[in-house]
Amino acid sequence: MRRQKAFEYFIHGIFLILGLITVGCVLLITLYLVIAGIPAIRRIGIWNFLLGTKWASTAAEPSYGILPFILTSVYGTAGAIVLGVPIGFLTSVYLAKLAPAKIRTVISGAVSLLAGIPSVVYGLVGMMVLVPGIRSLFHIPDGASLFAAIIVLSIMILPSIINVSITALEAVPKEYEDASLALGATPVETYFKVSVPAAKSGIAAAVVLGVGRAIGEAMAVMMVSGNAPNLPELFGSVRFLTTAVASEMSYSSGLQRQALFSIALVLFLFIMLINGALNFFLKRSKE
Amino acid sequence: MKTVNGQRNAKRKIQIALLRALCGISAAFTCALVLFLLVYILAKGIPNISWELLSTKPSYLSGKIGILPDILNTVYMIVATLVFVLPLGVGAAVYLTEYAKNKRIVAVIEYAAETLSGIPSIIYGLVGMLFFCQFLNMQTSLLAGALTLVIMNLPTVMRTTQESLKTVPQSYREGAFGLGAGKWRVIRTVVLPGCIDGVITGCILSVGRILGESAALLFTAGFAHALNGFFKGLGSAGATLTVSLYVYAKEQGEFGVAFAIAAILMMLTLLVNLLAMLAGRWCKRRQAL
Repeated sequence: MRRQKAFEYFIHGIFLILGLITVGCVLLITLYLVIAGIPAIRRIGIWNFLLGTKWASTAAEPSYGILPFILTSVYGTAGAIVLGVPIGFLTSVYLAKLAPAKIRTVISGAVSLLAGIPSVVYGLVGMMVLVPGIRSLFHIPDGASLFAAIIVLSIMILPSIINVSITALEAVPKEYEDASLALGATPVETYFKVSVPAAKSGIAAAVVLGVGRAIGEAMAVMMVSGNAPNLPELFGSVRFLTTAVASEMSYSSGLQRQALFSIALVLFLFIMLINGALNFFLKRSKE
Repeated sequence: MKTVNGQRNAKRKIQIALLRALCGISAAFTCALVLFLLVYILAKGIPNISWELLSTKPSYLSGKIGILPDILNTVYMIVATLVFVLPLGVGAAVYLTEYAKNKRIVAVIEYAAETLSGIPSIIYGLVGMLFFCQFLNMQTSLLAGALTLVIMNLPTVMRTTQESLKTVPQSYREGAFGLGAGKWRVIRTVVLPGCIDGVITGCILSVGRILGESAALLFTAGFAHALNGFFKGLGSAGATLTVSLYVYAKEQGEFGVAFAIAAILMMLTLLVNLLAMLAGRWCKRRQAL
């Protein structure tokens, strides 16, 4: 009997360890980023690093200012949200409320396919279709630009926005809609004036999730944005926080390499901020 | 009075029609986008797929490119990741639903899982490189890549298993306890068989993510195209299909090969989605029984 009990304790311990692995992983990631990211920031100086406008890591007199990357990431994400949210939001209203069951199944399938397409495939199509298209449409020497990245990102965040919004819209109590319909509002009016406001926290969560996806995307953006460390211009070649890390990592060394870790740390802080906002909205939409 | 009302009515009707049209147009646009991507990639890629491409490795002598090593690396990566992530994810889910009594611990673990699913893959790649490749001295290898992907996919497997554990009726557990079974025995004979559908769903979702992942593998698994067996492959660097697509398109300008790989990835993505749908239906039917 005692052996049985000891055995049960043992098993309990194993499961506890398994359960705590996720916590351990988060701690590991945070710890590594902080330890690897702090030294370069201290050597460069935090304001020189964050607000410096010139990134020349391989120059004779290297300069490590990441303001161009921060601004590019912010502008790129904002652009993707401006383009992607209206389309995603309206699609989700259509799917959750207006679409007949059969059409709904088909479009939902299409949306989940969109979510499953690897980001390098988006990058490839962007390189081959979007970049030449932008070049000839706007008569600029190279189409690889912030604009191309914004379009690719706005497509890539569509599935997240659509799926989370649909969940929020479907969670609206039917009584609300019935009451509005009984008062003489048409279905479409009801959906936009009753269902959408009732689901607003969930829809906000969808937008925040989109922000997180857009700011964290690396490969697709790397293939279409030109990758020059300029201050952002809509039709100029730009580099994002993510692509700054990815593009120099393979040949970096010394302070340059440490600075790349610092960029990752900045990106991580952005993501944690966004995660916090996401949790806030999700919790509110559950209430 | 009547005309004012009439005007208002007309305005209202136009507004409604406009909103409805906007919704329809957006949905149609989303659909058209998917259709365009699908048709464009398959049309550009399938003509470039040949048996030679699929069955050889790149040769510098003949200058020909083969993607067999990349296909094998992808398979190895999927197998290795699943071998680690399934026990870890299922174990964590069992702990959360069966053992944990302290609400605080549950909240912390769930918050950690949510945080993990929000972290971008490039950061996983970086930490994977620092921890697995350098600290644990695995060098750039498929195993280091797989372990990085394990952390990425842990929340997915955990969540799907947890969902399906919740559908195991409490009375089953009580019945087993009533017959004198210990906790572990109840979990082994009653709880775990009940969460098989969650594990399968988690598997399919993970496979989809592993297939599409590239940023996390760039610095952990590397770019090599060597043809290796499973165990030797795990210990050496190797590019998966996505990574080699990136290298062929961006660094070598081999767009034919890149499109061929894109088409293969697209077909696999379709397959994974189909499987996920079928698994979903199967699970629903099983629960209804």
